[in-house]
Amino acid sequence: MSAWEPVIGLEVHVELDTQTKMFCGCAVTKGDPPNTHTCPVCLAHPGALPVVNERAVEYAVRIALALGCTVRPRSVFHRKNYFYPDLPKAYQISQYDEPLAVAGLFEYWVGEQKLSCRINRVHMEEDAAKLIHAGGDAGRIAGSEYSMVDFNRGGTPLIEIVGEPDIPSPEAAREFLQQLRNLVIGLGVSACNMEEGQIRWDANISVRPAGAERLGTRTELKNMNSFRFLQQALESELPRQIAVLEAGGAIGQVTLHFDPESGTTTPLRSKEEAHDYRYFPEPDLVPLTAGEAWVDEVRRALPEPPAARVERFMAQYGLSRYDAVVLGGGSAMARFYEELAAEGIDAKLAANWAMGEYSAHLNAAGLEPGHGHVTAQRLAALLRLVAGGELSGTGAKQVFALMVEERGEALDIVSRHDLGQVSDSAELETVVAAVLAEHPAQVEQFRAGKDQLAGFFVGQVMKATQGKANPQLVGELVRAALSG
Amino acid sequence: MTAGLDPLRLTAREARRLLTDGEIAASELTKIYLDQIARVEDRVHAFILVTADNAAKYATEIDREMGATRGALAGLPTAIKDNMVTEGVTTTCGSKILGNYQPVYTATAVRRIWGDHIVMLGKANMDEFAMGSSTENSAFGPTRNPWDLATVPGGSSGGSAAAVAAGEALWALGSDTGGSIRQPAALCGVVGMKPTYGAVSRYGLVAFASSLDQIGPLTRTVYDCALLLRRIAGHDPCDSTSVALPSEIELPTAERLDGLRCGIPTEYVAAGIEPGVLSRFEQTVALIEELGATCVEISLPHTEYALPAYYIIAPAEASANLARFDGVRYGYRSVHADDLTEMYEATRGEGFGPEVKRRIMIGTYALSSGYYQAYYGQAQKVRTLVRRDFDTAFAQVDLIVSPTSPTVAFCLGSRTADPLAMYQSDICTIPVNLAGLPAISIPCGLSDHLPVGFQLVGPAFSENRLLAAAHALEGAIGFTAVPTFCDSRGASHGAAGQAEPGAPTEPAGPDRRAADEDQRR
Amino acid sequence: MISQDDVRHVARLARLRLEAADAERMTAELARILEHIDKIAELDLAAVAPTAHVLAAVDVLRPDKPRPSLSRDEALRNAPAVSDDCFRVPRMQS
Repeated sequence: MSAWEPVIGLEVHVELDTQTKMFCGCAVTKGDPPNTHTCPVCLAHPGALPVVNERAVEYAVRIALALGCTVRPRSVFHRKNYFYPDLPKAYQISQYDEPLAVAGLFEYWVGEQKLSCRINRVHMEEDAAKLIHAGGDAGRIAGSEYSMVDFNRGGTPLIEIVGEPDIPSPEAAREFLQQLRNLVIGLGVSACNMEEGQIRWDANISVRPAGAERLGTRTELKNMNSFRFLQQALESELPRQIAVLEAGGAIGQVTLHFDPESGTTTPLRSKEEAHDYRYFPEPDLVPLTAGEAWVDEVRRALPEPPAARVERFMAQYGLSRYDAVVLGGGSAMARFYEELAAEGIDAKLAANWAMGEYSAHLNAAGLEPGHGHVTAQRLAALLRLVAGGELSGTGAKQVFALMVEERGEALDIVSRHDLGQVSDSAELETVVAAVLAEHPAQVEQFRAGKDQLAGFFVGQVMKATQGKANPQLVGELVRAALSG
Repeated sequence: MTAGLDPLRLTAREARRLLTDGEIAASELTKIYLDQIARVEDRVHAFILVTADNAAKYATEIDREMGATRGALAGLPTAIKDNMVTEGVTTTCGSKILGNYQPVYTATAVRRIWGDHIVMLGKANMDEFAMGSSTENSAFGPTRNPWDLATVPGGSSGGSAAAVAAGEALWALGSDTGGSIRQPAALCGVVGMKPTYGAVSRYGLVAFASSLDQIGPLTRTVYDCALLLRRIAGHDPCDSTSVALPSEIELPTAERLDGLRCGIPTEYVAAGIEPGVLSRFEQTVALIEELGATCVEISLPHTEYALPAYYIIAPAEASANLARFDGVRYGYRSVHADDLTEMYEATRGEGFGPEVKRRIMIGTYALSSGYYQAYYGQAQKVRTLVRRDFDTAFAQVDLIVSPTSPTVAFCLGSRTADPLAMYQSDICTIPVNLAGLPAISIPCGLSDHLPVGFQLVGPAFSENRLLAAAHALEGAIGFTAVPTFCDSRGASHGAAGQAEPGAPTEPAGPDRRAADEDQRR
Repeated sequence: MISQDDVRHVARLARLRLEAADAERMTAELARILEHIDKIAELDLAAVAPTAHVLAAVDVLRPDKPRPSLSRDEALRNAPAVSDDCFRVPRMQS
């Protein structure tokens, strides 16, 4: 075990799926031609004033409550001042020392281990516009001849979730983020589409001697736009810091840019001046008071958080942690599984099918759980045949494939394709007798004590019935016939 | 029909009556003002832009289309301060940085009166970004006071005030952050009102200091002031800080002040009030008492801290409000730049005038790391004390009265070298903005040959009380003088209006107050 | 006492180009104004709450309903430089 332990914190930005921008009535869209969703407010024309989007506040409160935060009875918007072409007012309306919500806790799992990370705060702000760098190579700032600004995205409601540095490893950071994303998606406030940058994050990392209290100097990591890159970036930064410290050096407080191609980080050019954002209360807006009654209403309407659902699945359905995480981690699959269970299907059988055939089908078809032809009710009809011994496992898989292919019902397919399991003793006894007659030598050996040969006879019967025989019943009949 | 109408004296009330009764056409009325602009504008320079053609065309349209169904303000010729955006009409805010700016929308207050079919004559001159008390900080040259062309009209709404005084507009809209309506109204001998913060939407008003700015009317009479205010006031969903008035603005009729208690803040009167102004003020206080009111001395003990607090809060807010003028989306962009940072610095360095830069610097400094608490934080606390002073005072009195400005109009250039001396012009008006209260300035006489303003301040949303009292007092004062367009530096420009230059004028005909009285009977 | 270096730093923060002579004059002017506004430091205001707003209003919210946006031509009408229907700015790194 290493003598050093990493301490990691994440700051996560989530774009909210509201109809309109944070402070104006322009539609929030993706992929439209540049500068077609702007107005005097989001272009910061002289005299234009912001007005807060009610739904954005509600969505932010949902996130805050789901993270166990305290929604503050009074929160205030501040101006964060800096010049950049994607920031039309040259200040971002954000929150500062009176944020929407504080002091939460997010629980997540790494393998069988439950971890928790304190949430410092959740606050509201507005997204910047999109910059396009022209000339030079590959759209990078460096070497570009000029840049272009598209204000369609500018002003989209944005939530910042600031986690405390409680994450113990790069792998845990990745799990934290994935499970946080599931949580937010489940709240119905953002699709968290990664390609469109609806969820973005920065990480900070420091190391300290294992067991030490005091935090080391941290570095900031940027430009990790996939879960894998986050883990990779942290994994590359960790040994670098350790090497510096072990060589007796000191960590510089720098911001590092992750390069996905090389898998390494490089320091960003340090700015000529330190940031001085000159925060002050936004005089164009009035304070928000999240009334207790309203907050309670939002709280009551919250869906069950994934972590709680996982635990409930373990207790209620007797699932292993692994199965409970797969089925209960995301809200859509959880809903599907619970619908299956509500149809009276055995929990373990339902779990195997939901994670097996059904998930494979979703992946192949590019579907979300609960979508497509195979509803929970249709799958339940199939599984009832399995449970009732009318279909073998192999047969059921065939039926499932046909349900998908023909968009049909299980019962109908079984009868049309003659895939039902044979559980008629009289019919099977004839087949068993024929098989024994065909293999007198093996019968001899069995009777001499070679017990294992029972499986051989069952296999032969199954073969003879093209897999339709109920294998359990065949086993019983074979033993009965041999002992007779 | 129009021959007898004197734009130096005509009130909106009378003009509206003439229009309604069909005694004059909107196009004829507009022509009176366009003619006066043609006569005096080269000396007064009240406008940054005169929209003569549009005004004449629109007035004709009103005559043709609307006939007898004219709205309340239809056809009344109006000047708009150039910090209110007007779609399709260049809006400069008195700055080179917005020299060619073509607004893509219209300010709510302007949209409301456009909806009433007022006729816009043009965009009135102002101190750049409303920063100043003399209109000398306009990038397009100063406005001169029609009472004496050697003097300033006050500011920052100096163009609006001078236009009304000079008969170049029937009335005007201005904006007031620390006295920018009331002080020029006082120096130009017209009525100017700053409503309660939140009473008039700021949407489309180019922001100077967002927590202090308010739009308000500059008019010839208190009645006209109420007439215009009632159309621009009211809640606007586009301005989160706008509120509905507790009751509609009433057109004032009061002639007496019986039972009214007026407070005179000792701190204001002690603050270097010029003798001529003080004596007019005292005469007016005597009139108030004759009208049945009582006047008592009160104290606003934190007045001396109000000015420094204002000169932190206003520049701090301005430093952020003016950051959007960066040469990216509209306005001036310097060509003297190779990269983005140079473009920003050159654009803003060349685009802003010296006073604006000074205030951006002060504001940026006051908000910068390590200074916030000492400056901005402390100033916001002073603001609390200033508000408490007023709360205490209004527990004893109904209104507070004072001179509007410690001096009459001063000579052009006499204070430009010393920003601090200029800031002192607003000593009696600034605390009112810090507390967000309504206040009105009415002319109360002349000192030497220049007008003196009398300020009445009320509690928040007491506009009706304030207008009623100001109306009664206005009647008692009977201020009938009109500007002479003289130039005390000696180079008289000769007769510009109907009066001879030089001495204060006596009314040539029945004074406008009497005309209003006639109407009332 | 504000120094010329402070003034230059603040000018950089505010993205204002100051010529050398301007910086000197500005330093003197700011020093005088600051001397005036430093008066408020006399007051002990530890127990006083700040006023950011004179209004008592809270929770001014807007329904999440789209409103018409500007046309692209209107949005770009005042732009000093345009490329590919975007606002164009000079290179961001020199």
